[in-house]
Amino acid sequence: MDYDFTLAAVKIPSSARPITFDEAVCVGCNRCMNICQVDIFIPNPEKGKPPIVLYPGECYYCGSCVMVCPKQKEGAIRLSHPLMNQAKFVPVKRPECDGTC
Amino acid sequence: MKKLFSEQTWQLRKMWATGERMKNNYEWPYPNEFGMRETIESDLLVLGGGLAGCFAAIAAARRGQRVTLVEKGATERSGSAGSGFDHWESACSNPCSRVTPKEIAEAYVEEQDGYSNGIAHYIECREGYDRLLDLEDFGGKIRDSEGEFAGAEFRDEKTGLLFAYDYQNRFTLRVWGSTFKPALYRELRRLGVRVFDRVEATALLTKTVDGKKRGVGAVGMNVRTGKLMIFKAKATVLAMSRPARVWLFNPDLVGLCEFRPMQSVGSGHAMGWRAGIEFTMMEKSVRGEFSASGRSFPPYGTGNNHNTWYAATMVDARGVEIPYVDRDGRELKTVSERYYPAPGQKFFLKGGVIDEAKYEYRGPETLPFDELMRRGYKLPFYADLSRMPDTERRAIWGLMVGEEGKTKIPILQNYTERGFDPAKHMLQSYGTGWQSAAFLGQERQLFGAPGGIMHDWDLKTNLDGIYAAGDQLFASDCCGYACATGYYAGRKAAEWAGTVSLTEPDPAEIDAEEKRLYAPMAVEDGMDWRELNMAISKCMQNYCGEVKCEELLREGLDLLESYEREAVPALSCRNPHELMRTHEVLDILEVSKLILNACLLRKSSSKPLCFERSDFPETDPERDRCFITIRREGDRIVRGEVPQGYFGDLETEYLKRNGDYVAARNETYGER
Repeated sequence: MDYDFTLAAVKIPSSARPITFDEAVCVGCNRCMNICQVDIFIPNPEKGKPPIVLYPGECYYCGSCVMVCPKQKEGAIRLSHPLMNQAKFVPVKRPECDGTC
Repeated sequence: MKKLFSEQTWQLRKMWATGERMKNNYEWPYPNEFGMRETIESDLLVLGGGLAGCFAAIAAARRGQRVTLVEKGATERSGSAGSGFDHWESACSNPCSRVTPKEIAEAYVEEQDGYSNGIAHYIECREGYDRLLDLEDFGGKIRDSEGEFAGAEFRDEKTGLLFAYDYQNRFTLRVWGSTFKPALYRELRRLGVRVFDRVEATALLTKTVDGKKRGVGAVGMNVRTGKLMIFKAKATVLAMSRPARVWLFNPDLVGLCEFRPMQSVGSGHAMGWRAGIEFTMMEKSVRGEFSASGRSFPPYGTGNNHNTWYAATMVDARGVEIPYVDRDGRELKTVSERYYPAPGQKFFLKGGVIDEAKYEYRGPETLPFDELMRRGYKLPFYADLSRMPDTERRAIWGLMVGEEGKTKIPILQNYTERGFDPAKHMLQSYGTGWQSAAFLGQERQLFGAPGGIMHDWDLKTNLDGIYAAGDQLFASDCCGYACATGYYAGRKAAEWAGTVSLTEPDPAEIDAEEKRLYAPMAVEDGMDWRELNMAISKCMQNYCGEVKCEELLREGLDLLESYEREAVPALSCRNPHELMRTHEVLDILEVSKLILNACLLRKSSSKPLCFERSDFPETDPERDRCFITIRREGDRIVRGEVPQGYFGDLETEYLKRNGDYVAARNETYGER
């Protein structure tokens, strides 16, 4: 068998943007990359910079990348579901008793 | 101020979008190891590093065996409970429990009309709490030692254990599951288990010894480098979850198609099927019901009153409270009453598998949707935790939502940042109440105790040396089930491994697997794996939907076989990651064929199996009240029948085979 395969890392675009980094805070330790179960990141070619999200559509929103981040509190990495998944909440309502309650 | 995204997220999305758009092509960052091989020998090989796999490895390592564990992701957070889980079911041997393992295991079997896994449920009920104590030893948090919930009705003041659902009988525990996988991973390392992360297991190796087929190891591939991994072992435990993405697929948001982790697609089922392992109940599938979040919302992220959110106060659009009733329709006046059995009822069942339990086991529930519509309640409904006692509110929002998988960051943290306060806001429900979306009949899932591997009292498959645990077993359920069956399978597999020597696998089998695995790398500019996955799920929706018949099922098989002939050779990819995704879709194709074939074998309809045949409308006839098994022998499908109660009296049969475990356990923790 001929094993001479040329490898390439091509970003597969997605309508969603699950992960965002704050470059000013991220130290580029790649812990998020190494904990990611679906391996959506690759290391940034530039040392100390946040990883590249190569496969954003494969994120299953478990949050492990944020949980492991040493700069989580400072907001180095954020995870958010796509817009369609932002469930709605409203202030509580206390109806006047109309006999049904 | 309530927002769709938090301010920080909006800002970063703007900034990050600019930076990221600049570039789309990079060099592959890992070594190219295609053509390289590594061989590992062990006593026990565990495939899958979730809860079941970790505990299988620990059981054998404690017996001094050389253990190897193979995980496609990273074991520290892999599997369905990787980022957490919130409640542990059937902990019948915890010191506060007022039910016995026999009572609850038998109730599960009876509740599912006999289509339940009595053996595995009994193991869960009997040994589950022992595994929880193990997890505490490893550094996991299982009790409220700080008194965060001091004085709460669901807290035992002496032990600090917290209970869910039935506060009278206290056999479901609220736990801090996000601490568990890192603790297990540390323990694996401490015990010297060799963990191979980022390696996908792809094929079982078998050999016929003394006229009988046995497992002798497995083949895998490193998903970053392409290196071929050959694992030789005396015994193997399959712990690779259950199939997914069979009916539900979205090529843009692949990770949001299903409830279980994106990388759990049933590869363990596919490799078992190829090797001739016997399955049962594979004809069972249910209408998508729970948090396939492409169609619905993030799991546990909408207002509801089931599972993690039991027993949240529900209100309608006007803010009018929706009544809870007990099994006799008696309206409950207080929040507390929602957590107790009805008068004359010993206990009730709730949790992962139990949606609407039979009368005997039915717990308190809000009025049925149709009845609410008749009474003039207005949609949308909301969960309103502000009307609950403070400890109940914090138990749902903060402990359960927070510790349950995929909730700590995307729900608890993000909603809080968006301004959600459970004391001031109510969270909306979608669909007809708790399901968070309305699914169509053909949008199906393997959920609610679906089919899986058939096994004996040792959790052994029909092949010697191959055992199974967790979600790979038929009629599986929840984390306690995974941990307990994992440990048990590891123990039994280790016993077998102690009696045999390593068997050399057939080199031709390994070469053939390498050829199959690498083939898409040699195709240039071919078909993307998503196109095939999309076609498979459309095929399954069309030919294996809610109502089935012989002709439809055969058309489905015919179409899948044409994909195999024409589309599979056209698949191509550019690196080991894309290759792993491609292998997954090949496994989904294999599993889809298994499902279609299993559907063909049951020639009647069945209510408990959610199985409807238009050509065999007779429902649950006596002759078919059995486990129909299916396995492959070459290209031939072999059908079998096993009586429903094949496991015998659960307690008696367990004790016959586990005297040593019971004795050792009693020595450590005292007699039960």
